[in-house]
Amino acid sequence: MKPATPRTKGKPASPARAAAVPARPDHNEEKPVLPAALYEASKEELLEFYRQMVLIRRFEEKAGQLYGLGLIGGFCHLYIGQEAVAVGIQSALTPGKDSVITGYRDHGHMLAYGIDPNVIMAELTGRGAGISRGKGGSMHMFSVEHKFFGGHGIVGAQVSLGTGLAFSHKYANDGGVCVAYFGDGAANQGQVYESFNMAELWKLPIIYVIENNQYAMGTSVNRSSAEDQLFRRGESFRIPGLQVNGMDVLAVRAATEEALKWVQAGKGPILLEMKTYRYRGHSMSDPAKYRSREEVQEVREKSDPIEGVKKYLEEAGISADEIKIIDQDIRKIVNASAEFAEVSPEPEIAELYTDVLVEQY
Amino acid sequence: MAIEIKMPALSPTMEEGTLAKWLVKEGDEVKSGDILAEIETDKATMEFEAVDEGVVGKILVAEGSENVKVGTVIATMAGEDGDVEAAPAAAPTAAPASVADAPSAKPAPAEIKIAVDPAVPAGTEYVKTTVREALRDAMAEEMRTDERVFVMGEEVAEYQGAYKVTQGLLQEFGDKRVIDTPITEHGFAGIGAGAAMGGLRPVIEFMTFNFAMQAIDQIINSAAKTNYMSGGQMRCPIVFRGPNGAASRVGAQHSQNYGPWYAAVPGLIVIAPYDAADAKGLLKAAIRSTDPVVFLENELLYGRSFDVPVLDDYVLPIGKARIMREGKDVTLVSYSIGVGIALDAAEQLAAEGIDAEVIDLRTLRPLDTGTVLASLKKTNRMIVVEEGWPVCSIASEIAAVAMEQGFDDLDAPVLRVTNEDVPLPYAANLEKLALIDAPKVIAAVKKVCYRG
Ligand SMILES: Cc1ncc(C[n+]2csc(CCOP(=O)(O)OP(=O)(O)O)c2C)c(N)n1
Ligand SMILES: [Mg+2]
Repeated sequence: MKPATPRTKGKPASPARAAAVPARPDHNEEKPVLPAALYEASKEELLEFYRQMVLIRRFEEKAGQLYGLGLIGGFCHLYIGQEAVAVGIQSALTPGKDSVITGYRDHGHMLAYGIDPNVIMAELTGRGAGISRGKGGSMHMFSVEHKFFGGHGIVGAQVSLGTGLAFSHKYANDGGVCVAYFGDGAANQGQVYESFNMAELWKLPIIYVIENNQYAMGTSVNRSSAEDQLFRRGESFRIPGLQVNGMDVLAVRAATEEALKWVQAGKGPILLEMKTYRYRGHSMSDPAKYRSREEVQEVREKSDPIEGVKKYLEEAGISADEIKIIDQDIRKIVNASAEFAEVSPEPEIAELYTDVLVEQY
Repeated sequence: MAIEIKMPALSPTMEEGTLAKWLVKEGDEVKSGDILAEIETDKATMEFEAVDEGVVGKILVAEGSENVKVGTVIATMAGEDGDVEAAPAAAPTAAPASVADAPSAKPAPAEIKIAVDPAVPAGTEYVKTTVREALRDAMAEEMRTDERVFVMGEEVAEYQGAYKVTQGLLQEFGDKRVIDTPITEHGFAGIGAGAAMGGLRPVIEFMTFNFAMQAIDQIINSAAKTNYMSGGQMRCPIVFRGPNGAASRVGAQHSQNYGPWYAAVPGLIVIAPYDAADAKGLLKAAIRSTDPVVFLENELLYGRSFDVPVLDDYVLPIGKARIMREGKDVTLVSYSIGVGIALDAAEQLAAEGIDAEVIDLRTLRPLDTGTVLASLKKTNRMIVVEEGWPVCSIASEIAAVAMEQGFDDLDAPVLRVTNEDVPLPYAANLEKLALIDAPKVIAAVKKVCYRG
């Protein structure tokens, strides 16, 4: 469907009507503010951001390569271009306390959480050593140990599930916050709004992160969304939103700190719209006919998140040699994970029947 | 060391393709992300990007070549950094473990415990209890012993339950653990599943299971499949409960039996009790189970009273059918409200000299096929009585089990006594015609007993 032409401004609501619906007394008038300044990262933090983002990029490139070789099957959604989002947000969370959930574009999130690249790659190749014993695949990976709750293939489902995780944080009073990631396309699912409503009603500790990479498969945001400023999508539930430059890891981190402050103060959910971009196709079988090569190239040249961190590193006086050492190190880790994922055996035949149910009846 | 560039698989189904066009030539320097070639697959023309940096060496497959198999080396590239190891030369197909013998790998049933109802001590008092109260008592008892258990749904708290099943829970446990939701089935089913994944033990009430169709994605895709997809890491101990099946004169949208739907799904436990004692003992078991449970109640049974033993902790085994009436001439298999109809029919048949055995399945998944088959061995005739549609029903499943595993014991075809294959009508006469009743069961029994 073509986007609707801009609506002509409606008449202002009649005063009688406005008066009939008084604002709720506890109206959320306070609003979080988008931090004007970037996060002030130490040299070590900058190096760590760089390391993680390059790890994700190289890992995903390798996954693409293994897919091309037929070692990875089915759907495989790469995170290339969006690295700053997961890395910036994860760096602000408390491991073991805060929980995270996302959709099928999950490899990058897992790496940012410090999960072993070997078991992720081995899951992609469907091996018994994979993090889901080869039974989940690219879209279904979990690490309960890291409070990483997957890895979900139904667009939007993770938003309700994440709201449930937030519910469990509040119920157990454990101080944890849930971060639920979803795409600009997922932002149109009904259950997202059902969840928003309950999260605000019950003041659940959750940060909703819309990774707005501008496309849902081949459908751009303005071809699918009547309100394309997605950070406003919580407004009718009184959930405040911030729009963040998701290509700059320091902006992401700064906004996350603000969001955490809001949620941890018991003010309920908050929405972060991360403006980002995916360089690769939606999955491996994307013909890329819905956008121009120039569009992709321009983002790569002007706002690549890794090049951005490189600049920060230079400003912090870190030498090119030091960076090169990290690069080489990462290549080794990624190659080793590919090697591991290739040589590991497929799951035992008996695994076909295990884990259907936990108990025996 | 030269890196081999191979014909890539660019879609889940691609086996070969056309190398439509080279966008680089020998000697070109490329960096990661540069487009090397255009490749036509069965679906589209796709761009093939460079993964490594380096210099294009030899182009081995000319542009325009058709039917190039995935994995064929199409060019070589010299790596830029001498120290970068080339990707290990991978055989495109990893040695697959043999799957030919997969079915025989099914774990031997050695470990399976034989589920039996706990013996009720002699002298135990029985109290007449409605199914409604039995369900409430089960929840209350489990909430008293396990802090993680909470109840959530529409009208469960202040209204005391749309069908009064949660009566008194808010007063005893407070609004932290008895939670009214907005009308938002998809949302609160997902929130429940997420809370279970986060370590809690939610009991999610659907006002009726008709409305759970809004939420069925979360029940199946999230609750039922996650343990398997995560290789056993992530559990979802949740109970989805509420009335199921036809009520009375509420029309087609409010009158459906979802037993067969949920019982079709591996990863779920499905329970559909008939009497109050089973409702109590099985709901307690469901709440304690580490697996996701769909617990199907019946509105017409809520108000019926049955004897329930007065015991501190009456928990029944999941997955075990119950013989409600012993008999030798024919077996009537049923569940939920159908059990009452089968028992009624059995009484009438007794007067005519036909001795029917009545089995209440109680659990629809996993099915207690052992009890069903043992009864068939004894009676050699079987009728399934099901308040629900006939097609792809529990009755169909039981008939298949009898054919596959009890063929030699059959003296007559297994018959299905089910509702008519129509949406449930409103008019009193039509509704009555559409639903099962004892006369329909009796007619079927006479047929298989070859008695006019
Ligand atoms: C309920 C549902 N509908 C459709 C799909 C198919 N599908 C998978 S991803 C996708 C696009 C989602 O886009 P977005 O939310 O923007 O996330 P992105 O892929 O950009 O990360 C679609 C339509 C699905 N998996 N689930
Ligand atoms: Mg998107």
